[in-house]
Amino acid sequence: MKYLMFVCTDTEPETDESQVPDIEKWVADNDAAGRRVDGDRLAPPTAATTVRVRGGQLLLSDGPFAETKEVIVGYDVLECADLDEAIEVARAHPMAWNGRIELRPFFSA
Amino acid sequence: MADARVAVAEAVADSHGRIVAALIRITGDWDLAEDCAQEAVTVALERWPSDGVPANPGGWLMTVARNRALDVLRRATIERRKLADLAVLTDPSPGPAPASDDRLRLIFTCCHPALSLEARVALTLRTVAGVPTADIARAFLVTESTMTRRLTRAKAKIAQAGIPYRVPSGSALAERLPGVLAVLYLLFTRGYDSDGEPAFATEAIRLARLLAALMPGEPEVSALLALFLLQHSRRDARRDADGNLLTLDRQDRARWDHDAIAEALRILPDADGPYALQARIAACHTAEATDWPRVAALYDRLAEVVPSPVVRLNRAVAHGYAHSPADGLRLLAAARAGGALDDYPLAVAAEADLTARAGDREGAVALFERAAALAPSYAERRALLTRAEDLSREDD
Repeated sequence: MKYLMFVCTDTEPETDESQVPDIEKWVADNDAAGRRVDGDRLAPPTAATTVRVRGGQLLLSDGPFAETKEVIVGYDVLECADLDEAIEVARAHPMAWNGRIELRPFFSA
Repeated sequence: MADARVAVAEAVADSHGRIVAALIRITGDWDLAEDCAQEAVTVALERWPSDGVPANPGGWLMTVARNRALDVLRRATIERRKLADLAVLTDPSPGPAPASDDRLRLIFTCCHPALSLEARVALTLRTVAGVPTADIARAFLVTESTMTRRLTRAKAKIAQAGIPYRVPSGSALAERLPGVLAVLYLLFTRGYDSDGEPAFATEAIRLARLLAALMPGEPEVSALLALFLLQHSRRDARRDADGNLLTLDRQDRARWDHDAIAEALRILPDADGPYALQARIAACHTAEATDWPRVAALYDRLAEVVPSPVVRLNRAVAHGYAHSPADGLRLLAAARAGGALDDYPLAVAAEADLTARAGDREGAVALFERAAALAPSYAERRALLTRAEDLSREDD
């Protein structure tokens, strides 16, 4: 199954820095295992532009579509057998410790 | 007629989970599995009164459910492999089962932590235990359509999110087992609470027994079963003739279920897990005279494993009996620090009891009355007001 991993910040990160896994190792491990299809970090939400069309008219606004304390800072596309495997991949990502990660299955997995 | 109905009910209680679990494993379709199991029950209710109860009622239900599933799938022209697997699916055989038991898979999937706790409880009741949706809805104080939506949403999440139909192994099992036990515990307390649905306590015991048979090497599982049996053994003695709740020391011990107590003491592991410690504490209360210093020592360890405010409250009560009411009050004040137990009726009731035993009757009466005002059920309110009235009478 294919999962999109939203990598987000969190207002209450892990305080014990020594426990947090290494991102380079995470990427290398999951690339090698063929579980990470794609992924990248994103520019800050201040660089975001939100696009809507209403009544045929283009409406643009500056910033993300939802103003929240937690912001999406990156994403990864995972190819995993099931949710349990995806959870194991997500928990080993440093941002599961320093932030939070949302696992969302693709509609046509 | 009535006999056939009883036979159907017994066969359903015994085999529903097995049938649904096996059909889900092969078809991957939760709704199909439940529908077919339900149809088998309907057919049994039609036929058994006239044809007689079959020699192997569970096997009969499995065969009818399986054939129904075959029909549906044939019509839907599902892959050949599923059909082949289904065609060889035979009668469920009761007795010891291997770790690959379908029901174990079903329980672990229903209790997957990616589902909300309320969804886990509802799904376990509906799918593993076969409790009708309407009964679950009533127990959780929601309408039947709300409960139906909750169950539908949970099943959709299992399918869409890719929650596997599997018992985790190795370190994942150790991580997931407490979540399964928590669901059973919630089920039990929902049945055991004074205003609860009593059948759920029996259902929780049935599921714990199944889990204990399927996972004999897990001390926390047999500990949970022992804990249920010990608490449940007092079900007939908890109230007086007027329905008032009675504290342990006022209960008629002849009305305790001594077979259940004997079974619990037999399976109780000498371990230090959270349920093992709770069960060992409950076992202390079955003795003719409670060994309070031992109870207090067990609570000391439980408070290390589960440092929750409620455990610390109970620890304070145990020390109040084991040593002195002043000790209890001191520990109670510590447990309440930070406001975790503010307006928690049992904390106020415990303070009232300790205050009474410390000799301050007036203060105790006021506290019992305050606890009664906070109590969630009528039975508990009555019990606390009775304590207040008894104390006031002693004052005169």
